[in-house]
Amino acid sequence: MIEVKDLHKSFGDTHILKGISTSFEKGKTNLIIGQSGSGKTVFLKCLLGLFDYEGGSISYDGKVFSLLSTDEKRELRSEIGMVFQGSALFDSMTIAENVMFPLRMFTKQSKSEMEERVDVVLNRVNLSDAHYKMPSEASGGMQKRVAIARAIVNNPKYLFCDEPNSGLDPKTAIVIDNLIQEITDEFNITTVINSHDMNSVMEIGEKIVFLKDGLKAWEGSKDTIFKTDNEVVTDFVYSSELFKKVRKMYLEENE
Amino acid sequence: MKYLHNIGAYFIMIKDVFRKPTKWSVMKPLILKDIDDLIIGSLGIVAFIAFFVGGVVAIQTSLNISDPLIPKYLVGFATRQSIILEFAPTFISIIMAGKVGSFITSSIGTMRVTEQIDALEVMGINAINYLVFPKFIALTLYPFVISIAMFLGVLGGMAACVYGGYGTLEDYIQGIQTDFIPFHIYYAFFKTLVFAFVLATIPSFYGYFMKGGALEVGKASTTSFVWTSVVIILLNFLLTSLLLG
Ligand SMILES: Nc1ncnc2c1ncn2[C@@H]1O[C@H](COP(=O)(O)OP(=O)(O)OP(=O)(O)O)[C@@H](O)[C@H]1O
Ligand SMILES: [Mg+2]
Repeated sequence: MIEVKDLHKSFGDTHILKGISTSFEKGKTNLIIGQSGSGKTVFLKCLLGLFDYEGGSISYDGKVFSLLSTDEKRELRSEIGMVFQGSALFDSMTIAENVMFPLRMFTKQSKSEMEERVDVVLNRVNLSDAHYKMPSEASGGMQKRVAIARAIVNNPKYLFCDEPNSGLDPKTAIVIDNLIQEITDEFNITTVINSHDMNSVMEIGEKIVFLKDGLKAWEGSKDTIFKTDNEVVTDFVYSSELFKKVRKMYLEENE
Repeated sequence: MKYLHNIGAYFIMIKDVFRKPTKWSVMKPLILKDIDDLIIGSLGIVAFIAFFVGGVVAIQTSLNISDPLIPKYLVGFATRQSIILEFAPTFISIIMAGKVGSFITSSIGTMRVTEQIDALEVMGINAINYLVFPKFIALTLYPFVISIAMFLGVLGGMAACVYGGYGTLEDYIQGIQTDFIPFHIYYAFFKTLVFAFVLATIPSFYGYFMKGGALEVGKASTTSFVWTSVVIILLNFLLTSLLLG
């Protein structure tokens, strides 16, 4: 479980996060949604300690992150998998080497064990024939899937994904969503996902935190998001005609 | 204020280069790759420059000695001294600040702007050790580059002298054997090692701590070249006053 209390973050004079408190439970897929520029990426990077923040606290299963020593932080981080919004693949390595990297770093597995594991994970993201490509030779969607494979290869305890399915076609996006859901359940991971894909929200949003203007505007789940009257949320979530219709049907059905 | 901050951050970075080392099985290929990129990859240009500049030094020395009382072997002697003491260790290092330094800054800087360094940090890896330590180890081989420069510089001087008709082979060889002081060699290689450390760390610093996007990578490389050269020139002055003065 990850707990965030009253998180503040500014860049110079611009206040980006203005006091956010929430928690992300173990074994659940937690979604952070909000408009482009609402501070989702900044929030996630604060959680990971990649950005310093001015106020508030973040704790991982009771351990307050800012109080850990550098070595303790590294220890904790070796149990974290992260998918960056821009993939952040190592461009001097092939796709297979990228995925193998956390295993080489943190396990004592033999080469063949690692190769086997890489095959399994690349299969799960539908990339079984791209082992020897360089990241620069892969499409944006492929890079994203490699990043996901790299994040989950070493069975992390915490998984962070910054828009894991942006740039993917709807079918692959659902495969990725389901994959994230499956491994979250299977290994009891604390998963935090940034998204503005409404499909994901409806598929895997076991907990949803809605950010607006640096504040938490709403919190709930995929079941309660249909029913809420919070205008800020409905305005964002049901901005498309399709979702307006879906909501209407849902509400009528549940009358 | 900004300079003081940078100097502080630089020394903290140096400390981190040697903290929590990366696994040897991961580090070894990185070191080999950096030896290839930084050392082997520089041999060609260094050899070329050293040979021809050695030739120019010999020609100019002999042209400036018109007094018949000055012995002919002085050409070889002066060429050897200027190449071993200054040209090879210091000026080749300035050239390397351009070649190797901007390569280091831009490759680490690119990793910074594409969040690859964040990806390393998030995995719990000491990114400074992972990125800088292999370059540091690779550049401990830098004295070999400089010895090649010394040898080829003196050889270039000889070629220019003999084939250009500025003197005889015997005079030149006598010159390069005259008044040989072993301490000068220690001095030159000590300088070289200090410069190697500067070449590995200052460009890494400018790459690692850069902010912004692709445009800033170019700017960071330029800044890194300027400061690497300035530090090399200042340390050269300092070490020379201390060791030879
Ligand atoms: N390194 C930075 N320096 C200055 N400002 C920044 C920095 N990173 C983000 N910001 C600002 O913080 C705000 C939130 O950005 P953030 O990247 O978190 O948005 P987001 O919600 O992830 O958007 P998107 O959905 O488009 O990815 C933006 O106004 C942005 O300009
Ligand atoms: Mg973002």
